[in-house]
Amino acid sequence: MKKIVTLILLSTVVFYACKNDGPSGPDVSDFDRQAILENWADEIIIPAFTSFEKQTSRLDSAGVAFTTEPTMENLKELRSEWEDAYISFQHVSMFEMGRAMELRYRDNLNIYPTDTAEIQQNIEEDSYNLELPSLNNSQGFPALDYLLFGLAESDSDILAHYTSNTNAENYRNYLGDLTSRIDELTSQVLNDWTENYRDEFVQNSANSSNSSVDMMVNDYIYYYEKNLRAGKVGIPAGVFSGTPLSTHVEAYYHGNLSKTLLKEAIDASQNFFQGNHFNSTGKGESLESYLDFLNTMKQGADLSELINNQFLLAKSEAENLDENFSMQVELDNSKMLETYDKLQKNVVLLKVDMLQALNINVDYVDADGD
Amino acid sequence: MSLQKYFNKQTNAAPLAVFRILFGMLMLGSIIRFAANGWIEKLYLEPTFFFSYYGFEWVKPLGEFTYLLFLICGISALFISIGYKYRMAIIVFFLSFTYIELMDKTSYLNHYYFISILSFLMIFLPAHAYYSVDAYKDEKLRSQNIPAWSIDSIKLLLIIVYFYAGLAKLNSDWLFKAMPLQIWLPSNYSLPLLGDLFQQPWTHYFFSWAGAIYDLTIPFLLLIKRTRVFAFVLVVVFHVLTRVLFPIGMFPYIMIASALIFFDSSLHHKILHYISRFTKINQQWFDNARNYLFPNQIFKSISVGVITLFFAVQILFPFRYTMYPGELFWTEEGYRFSWRVMLMEKAGYANFKITDSETGRSFYIDNMDFLTRFQEKQMATQPDFILEYAHFLEDYHRQQGIKNPQVYVESYVALNGRRSQPYINPEIDLTTISQSLKHSNWILPFQDEIKGI
Repeated sequence: MKKIVTLILLSTVVFYACKNDGPSGPDVSDFDRQAILENWADEIIIPAFTSFEKQTSRLDSAGVAFTTEPTMENLKELRSEWEDAYISFQHVSMFEMGRAMELRYRDNLNIYPTDTAEIQQNIEEDSYNLELPSLNNSQGFPALDYLLFGLAESDSDILAHYTSNTNAENYRNYLGDLTSRIDELTSQVLNDWTENYRDEFVQNSANSSNSSVDMMVNDYIYYYEKNLRAGKVGIPAGVFSGTPLSTHVEAYYHGNLSKTLLKEAIDASQNFFQGNHFNSTGKGESLESYLDFLNTMKQGADLSELINNQFLLAKSEAENLDENFSMQVELDNSKMLETYDKLQKNVVLLKVDMLQALNINVDYVDADGD
Repeated sequence: MSLQKYFNKQTNAAPLAVFRILFGMLMLGSIIRFAANGWIEKLYLEPTFFFSYYGFEWVKPLGEFTYLLFLICGISALFISIGYKYRMAIIVFFLSFTYIELMDKTSYLNHYYFISILSFLMIFLPAHAYYSVDAYKDEKLRSQNIPAWSIDSIKLLLIIVYFYAGLAKLNSDWLFKAMPLQIWLPSNYSLPLLGDLFQQPWTHYFFSWAGAIYDLTIPFLLLIKRTRVFAFVLVVVFHVLTRVLFPIGMFPYIMIASALIFFDSSLHHKILHYISRFTKINQQWFDNARNYLFPNQIFKSISVGVITLFFAVQILFPFRYTMYPGELFWTEEGYRFSWRVMLMEKAGYANFKITDSETGRSFYIDNMDFLTRFQEKQMATQPDFILEYAHFLEDYHRQQGIKNPQVYVESYVALNGRRSQPYINPEIDLTTISQSLKHSNWILPFQDEIKGI
């Protein structure tokens, strides 16, 4: 018995002795994860959805105005609202949790390339159920992109689809259904955040694999890797197919929006990382400040600094791209690949270094560890 | 005491009977828990690709029949517990459980391996000679005493597990950097009392050192009669703590229950007495003062021989890493099946590139097309996974019409809080490398040093 006591005392002495030689760990003061969640919910996610919901409601109104009175003026108005809403969407697309996850919100709003054959079929038959997952790729922003910009070469011919075409009424109905569905889904997600999910989200600050921080970070990285890096740049650049796919760019029919959407999405991702308040200069607790707190100094450079730099590098590389990514991949794909490369480097920093520093698992399977 | 004498030494059968009952119950509980968590579906039905152990490529999930496999495993666990058709039950359990573990390397856990080899060992032990349905029915089997070595063999296995786990902790990362506990502990901030302590470096060092000392000394503290009760208290505290801190499943309960085997039979009689009160089993029925006799001399010789060989392997196998160059934590050559439990934190990322050697066209793979996130995570940090997946990608793209696909990987791994480093040589076409147990020279060297065992 005495020996054990001696042993424990000895070990106590040893670790005290080692303490001074060891690398410095986190500060003594506790870091409050709940503060991160509050900042995310109250200053970023809910404001972003609130702002986006205003846009989708304007989009829907413009849709109603156009379908009741299909004039060139109303078409242009609707196009402009669509553009604003699509840009605004880049700030909420990554938050696929709560009601958004149940609805599979992002899949309903932004799967591209859109299925034009299916859209035409839906319009012709005038019967469809947009809630079916199989119709995800014939609705949302990309479907509207096609209906507003892609039906014909000239604007007057496009307008003719809604006025003189034999199926003009079906075209109008379908268009109206799409704008109202975007708005309706967005309202559902926003209402859930403000009425229920916000508190659930903030209070779930424990450290299980289904805690809010873990889920949010997983979602965030998934979005960055799959939707931003691959969807907006990698897939059109042919990274996964070997040959560029110029029809797979975001806002393909519009033609001059893909770069704007990419830059907006990079900004939104970096803002989230830094904890910048939505549409204001304020700043709160974030992944950045959490990493700084954990003081993960790596090879002389701070991890959060490395990640921020990589965001900036990706953005400045994207500056070199044409507004129209379709053109870019056809004329000079190397610049597109360069941008991809810069985005890709941050996947490693976020997914490997950051997750390790934060001790977050990259999977939802709550399986046992050793 | 001569060896001959030792092998003839008899001891009371109660400890092994209690061990059998608890083992069966815990295994049944584990299987039910596994199924209830939906893991059968998530781990064995949903994925389209499974990682195999070298030499066991033929072991794959059985589709819907996988449920049946778990059912068989669960029922055999129940039979073990009540001691009904014990030999058959333990053989079926060993085979079905091991088959389950071999189906996908992704879910490898040291404690699954422990269960596998423990159940193998138990095939050769007369755990059903006392307080079992078999012994109740069969007077020839019923024995109050069994060979002492049968209980000692379980003790020896536990000693190996703890002691080797302790040896593995004697490395510079664990002892002098408090890694990986420095990463793991702070995220348990929400625990009352401990949560705040876990933010402090001295706590990380304390837990690292205490953990290493615990693993190295606990088997001996359990062996010595004077320290046994104290040691058992430590066992309970240690394992309950790991249960609270880490997603470690049933393992802590299994180890706590197993540690009871170190106590002498008076404790086990109390346990059996307690069980008897509820089940109305007449314990005296089994106290026939008989020594267990093996069915025949050949079976006895085989048992002793197999067990001797088993332990020789168990003692040597964890040291096979010494035959490989390079840092063990980095290459993981000889890492598994060696009681390296909760020893390091590794995260990785692997980006595969397919090149059509005829056209020169190349493209990258979206791992999510083929792997679950859990599989992707495991794959990215372990070279044998990366190679197996590369070969799968080769076959897949050959079927897709690429005559001669080459597979390259750009990969990064972060080990124990170090900055991520390139992992696999990106210049090497992985299709030119075949799976083997030889050293993998296509792993890039580790840019740091970890000293120790």
